[in-house]
Amino acid sequence: MIPFLFIGFAVLLVASSLMVILHRNPVTSALFLVLAFCSLAGIYLLLHAEFVGLVQVIVYAGAIMVLFLFVIMYMNLQKDEESGLQSALRRALGWLLGALLAAEAWMLVRGRWAPGPVAPQTLAPPAGNTQQVGLALYSRYLFPFEITSMLLLVAMVGVIVIARGRAAAARDAAARDGGEGGTP
Amino acid sequence: MIPLGWSLALSAVLFVIGVVGVLVRRNALIIFMSIELMLNAANLAFVAFARALDSVDGQVFVFFVMTVAAAEVAVGLAIIVNTFRLRETVFVDEINILKG
Amino acid sequence: MAALIANPDAQFVFWALLKIVVILGAMLGVVSYLIYAERKIAGHIQARVGPNRVGPLGLLQPIADVLKLFFKEEFIPDDANKVIFHIAPILAVLPALVTFSVVPIGPNFIVTDINVGLLLFLAMSSLGVYSITLAGWSSNNKYALIGGLRSSAQMISYELAMGLSTIGVLLLAGSLSLLDIVHAQERMWFVVYQPVAFVIFMITAFAETNRAPFDLPEAEAELVAGFHTEYSSMKFGMFFLGEFMNVIAICSIAVTLFLGGWNGPWLPEPLKFLWFFAKLGVLLFFFIWVRWTYPRLRYDQLMHFGWKVLLPLALANVVLTGAGLYWVGTRS
Repeated sequence: MIPFLFIGFAVLLVASSLMVILHRNPVTSALFLVLAFCSLAGIYLLLHAEFVGLVQVIVYAGAIMVLFLFVIMYMNLQKDEESGLQSALRRALGWLLGALLAAEAWMLVRGRWAPGPVAPQTLAPPAGNTQQVGLALYSRYLFPFEITSMLLLVAMVGVIVIARGRAAAARDAAARDGGEGGTP
Repeated sequence: MIPLGWSLALSAVLFVIGVVGVLVRRNALIIFMSIELMLNAANLAFVAFARALDSVDGQVFVFFVMTVAAAEVAVGLAIIVNTFRLRETVFVDEINILKG
Repeated sequence: MAALIANPDAQFVFWALLKIVVILGAMLGVVSYLIYAERKIAGHIQARVGPNRVGPLGLLQPIADVLKLFFKEEFIPDDANKVIFHIAPILAVLPALVTFSVVPIGPNFIVTDINVGLLLFLAMSSLGVYSITLAGWSSNNKYALIGGLRSSAQMISYELAMGLSTIGVLLLAGSLSLLDIVHAQERMWFVVYQPVAFVIFMITAFAETNRAPFDLPEAEAELVAGFHTEYSSMKFGMFFLGEFMNVIAICSIAVTLFLGGWNGPWLPEPLKFLWFFAKLGVLLFFFIWVRWTYPRLRYDQLMHFGWKVLLPLALANVVLTGAGLYWVGTRS
């Protein structure tokens, strides 16, 4: 039964990602991407990665795509209109390069290869999946974990600074300078 | 039991779809979404190998990739919003004011 | 055919489907009578009687309501995005129903016990944002859009505090599986060890389900009807249904995480699920009671409270719980 489930999820994944890049309306593309992420989460569950699968739904489908939808709705985007010879040529070139990449990938996957020398790995201790991930994360990968939290902090500050825009920043700076240079 | 080759083939297909999306579309948001598809293709390859090699390192790496992708999406969307405010457009071929 | 019946996978699917049908039917019935209970309790809080005309004590009121909703004319705005307009009410009900599949109602009464049940609940509450956002957007109506965006921003803000407040429970139980969490509360309910987390969870539950005092997005007086302005007939009914299903789902999770699930004295094993329903009833009454007691929070007050009060409090709770467990661990 598991191979059938995998094939079902895989078909759903490929179909929805194709709709993401082919559909003209950005909101519909975003919704198809949510569907793609949820089917990918299903595949993760089949590959015995339960923690990663559900975190995928929580983070990607539940937070990142909501952010995308917010931005699309804020910008009030309508359907993409494209016409003209130049854009048609550009699109044809894009599909051609994609086909080349697909051919290359097929050559790689088809050719017989064996995993080369593997780096010393964290062997899975007999525990549930979440416990295994947690043990590895806080022992062997502690440094990347801390760096990632710094990265998130930097990203948060950066987003707020960027999204405020120049006008709001200038207003705040003027208010600050005017207040300081007001009374001696 | 899912053969490793199936998962890798799926990952490759997803990656190619992402690449085509970046090359073909001109809406900055759709390009961004295609980049997310490529990141997820890489995640799928990691998880597939974690299963095949019976190691949990692949899943830990997926965790980090997801975190970095979330941070990247936030910053990228902030930049796109700012560009939209200045140029009134999200189509990347119309944002060419520096072109000589 | 005999081989199909003997196949363990097929048996598992069959029993799971049966339990799902039972839960679905039970929940639909409970939701309609929850709406009736709300109207009755609201009436008595406001010194009036509530519905008492239709049937004895007004008990057939929900049936009358449902029939009324079915017979109303259905309007679809001209420029609305038809497909998304139809999907949004469905998405309102779906996450709540999926949550029910991991709630342990009795010692042998759980649809499936996955080992990351708590994460599934958090995932479903994350997905619940979509129905409101899409409903607001697809209605092609500025009040609906503002209501939808406000409500989604509120929901994703309070989701963080909710997730963090459940981490204390996770630390105490040592597992994400809801069945393990209920088993870990056999001696003492977690609300005794985690009172702050319980309070935070209940407050964020009000915000997640868009119930008062956090229901500005669907405020009748402020925003015409918020995100479901353009919805009529059964689509509106689905939103209403979805909201109450969400309430029941979140209360079930609160009972599982903090109030001991089906643990309780005096009852024999097969009847333990009655304890679950009793605790669930108490929490539902509390939800209804709060709605008709407190005034509505203004949007900026709401966001301030979620980000600047609840989130640091939930983080502090996680740190203290971790420190406390470590200290207890080093002593023994």
